[in-house]
Amino acid sequence: MTVEIGHFSLILAFALAVIQGSLPLWGAVRSDRRLMTVASGAAIGQLLFVVISFLCLMNAYIVSDFSVLNVVANSHSQKPLLYKISGVWGNHEGSLLLWVLILALFGAAVDLWGRNLPLSFKARVLGVQALIATGFYLFILLTSNPFERVFPVPLEGRGLNPLLQDPGLAFHPPFLYLGYVGLSIAFSFAVAALIEGRVDPVWARWVRPWTLAAWVFLTIGIALGSWWAYYELGWGGWWFWDPVENASFMPWLVATALLHSAIVVEKRDSLKSWTVLLAIIAFSFSLLGTFLVRSGVLTSVHAFATDPERGVFILIFLCLVIGGSLTLYALKSGQLQPGGLFAPFSREGALVFNNLLLSVSTATVLLGTLYPLFLDAVTGDKVSVGPPYFNGTFIPLMIPLVIAMGVAPHLSWKRADVGAVWGRLRVVSVLSVIAALVTAYLNSKGPVMAVAGVGLGVWLLLATLQDFFAKLRLTSLRAESGGLQGAAKRVRHLPKSVWGMTFAHGGMAILILGVTASSSWQTEVLDIVKPGDVLHVAGYDFTFTGVEPVAGPNYTALRGHIQVTKNGVAVKALQPESRTYFNPPMETTEAAIHSMPGGDLFAVVGERQTRGEAEGDRWAVRLYHKPLLPWLWAGAALMVLGGLVSLTDRRLRVGAPKKRMGHHGGTNAH
Amino acid sequence: MRIKALLPLLLFLILAVALGIGLTLKPREIPSALLEKPVPAFSLPNLEGSADHFTDEDLRQGQVTVVNVFASWCAPCRVEHPYLTALAQDHDVALYGINYKDKPADAQRFLSKLGNPYLKIGADVNGRVGIDWGVYGVPETFVIDGHGGIVYKHIGPINTGDVEAKILPMIEKARHRTAKVQDQ
Repeated sequence: MTVEIGHFSLILAFALAVIQGSLPLWGAVRSDRRLMTVASGAAIGQLLFVVISFLCLMNAYIVSDFSVLNVVANSHSQKPLLYKISGVWGNHEGSLLLWVLILALFGAAVDLWGRNLPLSFKARVLGVQALIATGFYLFILLTSNPFERVFPVPLEGRGLNPLLQDPGLAFHPPFLYLGYVGLSIAFSFAVAALIEGRVDPVWARWVRPWTLAAWVFLTIGIALGSWWAYYELGWGGWWFWDPVENASFMPWLVATALLHSAIVVEKRDSLKSWTVLLAIIAFSFSLLGTFLVRSGVLTSVHAFATDPERGVFILIFLCLVIGGSLTLYALKSGQLQPGGLFAPFSREGALVFNNLLLSVSTATVLLGTLYPLFLDAVTGDKVSVGPPYFNGTFIPLMIPLVIAMGVAPHLSWKRADVGAVWGRLRVVSVLSVIAALVTAYLNSKGPVMAVAGVGLGVWLLLATLQDFFAKLRLTSLRAESGGLQGAAKRVRHLPKSVWGMTFAHGGMAILILGVTASSSWQTEVLDIVKPGDVLHVAGYDFTFTGVEPVAGPNYTALRGHIQVTKNGVAVKALQPESRTYFNPPMETTEAAIHSMPGGDLFAVVGERQTRGEAEGDRWAVRLYHKPLLPWLWAGAALMVLGGLVSLTDRRLRVGAPKKRMGHHGGTNAH
Repeated sequence: MRIKALLPLLLFLILAVALGIGLTLKPREIPSALLEKPVPAFSLPNLEGSADHFTDEDLRQGQVTVVNVFASWCAPCRVEHPYLTALAQDHDVALYGINYKDKPADAQRFLSKLGNPYLKIGADVNGRVGIDWGVYGVPETFVIDGHGGIVYKHIGPINTGDVEAKILPMIEKARHRTAKVQDQ
């Protein structure tokens, strides 16, 4: 019964979306208040019905209702509750239901928080949101219905891929979707602004918090996915340039660009046309990512469950949404008045440079991701593009970007003084070069990139801190600037956006150092050992003491015991497992990881190697020492923190005054 | 309207056309290195426990054979099972099975539940023979002519459309080839 309620609620939500996507837009054209206000009620109603629908499916998972096909295919009565719940979105149909749930959530949020938006503008934003939602409801109801029943009712479900039974992955998709869907808000704002032919600092101030929130969620989602790959897949990598990873990385890159260009619109009323285009593109990449993952054009040979019919549907939807909005852009972007001029060496100039590099790097990732598809379409050759391409094209683009990241906060708007900026950054530059030279000396046989990575990481960290302390003027504690009390006051009154930027840029610096050290100076030892054997990895002694069988709730496992000591002092007992799940039968490796500030110790135990009676059983083990790897997660966490702190900035909460045009942007081009 | 403003739309249209073509392609149809080559030499213990091993000799008896790589833990194998059964019954095809990385007991339960259309099944418990056959993932299906030459490889589950469009024409091709070699 609840299953049918879920299905009907979804149909009702679809009907509300159709209303919300037509009447308010028409009302905005006719300046009809009554039609425009329909949007608010419809947005709230949509949320209500989608929540009901989602809870119904979740209930079917929790009680293991195997009369529902989706539950049979993806759940099992023996599964822990957490993974029964995460199973709801661990599959195609359920993940789409999660998608529309978040879409409805954001729609309602725009309605609630957008009380100070002009009525016609709000009607258009919610109308565009509803049009996107309509496409997704149709997709679910027509091609991917999660509420389909099955008869006869099986006694047991077919389980969930055990690789996916993991807390990191349980929360990875919801965060990614929060990010993808958050970008739909920026998209709707952009389309609404194009329809009205008006983009101004007020618009940027409305768009920024949504973009920022979406960016925070995307960052969390990508970091969780990467973390999962690191400890679950068992070979110690954390980023593989896999098409599915790239699909989430490209919207992040564009959202990062959008975040920065919207600052220019807000502060300087410039770069308007470009920012609108970025808002459209950011969401387009979210949709493209969905297409790539769901249609099967690029998936690996093992993903048999994809369905070409769904691919056709998504492609038509993509053409309508992206093609439609870009057509609107082509028609209307000329009406956007160009804003203030600026010199190349200025804050605006640096942000344009940042946008340029982020866009080009997005394009290189897109090209690498789609190249196999293009080549197959043109010549029929099958190739795969791997990390060498991405490392060879993406990393060189990041070098100037990181250098600019260090300089940009020191630049003033409109025109910056080269001499003054050099004066501020002189010491930092010298220190970074020294750091790079010391690395080069110590690392004479190692990779060249290590030298560049350390230099850039130190540069970005110091330049960011330098800017932060310069803004606080902590160095001048003299009486005329208020002494210590004055400094404390300045700390309190420093805008949250400055704190946010400092955390985010500093986090990036720490991440760069973590990536550089862990990839350049990793030690890896692969061996076949018998109990009692000792392996030496990067100054640590790993003593293999044996293997014992253990049983989990839905798997059995072999647990290896490895004692780690350094110079005779015990460090940690590592217990990596090799698990065999019952349903579906599948083997996974659970790496044992010991994180220390200076790096990770990483151990994996593999298959039993039988070599005759005399020698007894031996075991394949893989041990790694990954210097500074935890810095990667710390850096990502700081970036997220930066985004969150920036979201609390007073300007974003209070909203912009209705008209702020007059007093800047005086030097218009015309 | 500025020409420059049309550029994003044009780029997207190119991308959309490429994606559209991409949808019609089958990234799963990976050319097998074994196509047009003889089957690798192998000998697998019989799944049902009899001493009658499944070997490459079974595939050189002058009749066209179909070898299906399956496992009880593989959901798509369940999907394709009815089509395989129909293929074996309705089209008079000698169907052999390689039970890939599976527990024999599980495989027998799978077959007793869904029916056993195979003439003989080899148990490739550790996947060693699968490597020689170039198995990427289960299920995979090979069409082999009467002299043990691999004519076609199908990756992924077979469904109705695949039987008519691919498997049967390839079986026909294999029959021609078998006959031709016998004439020479």
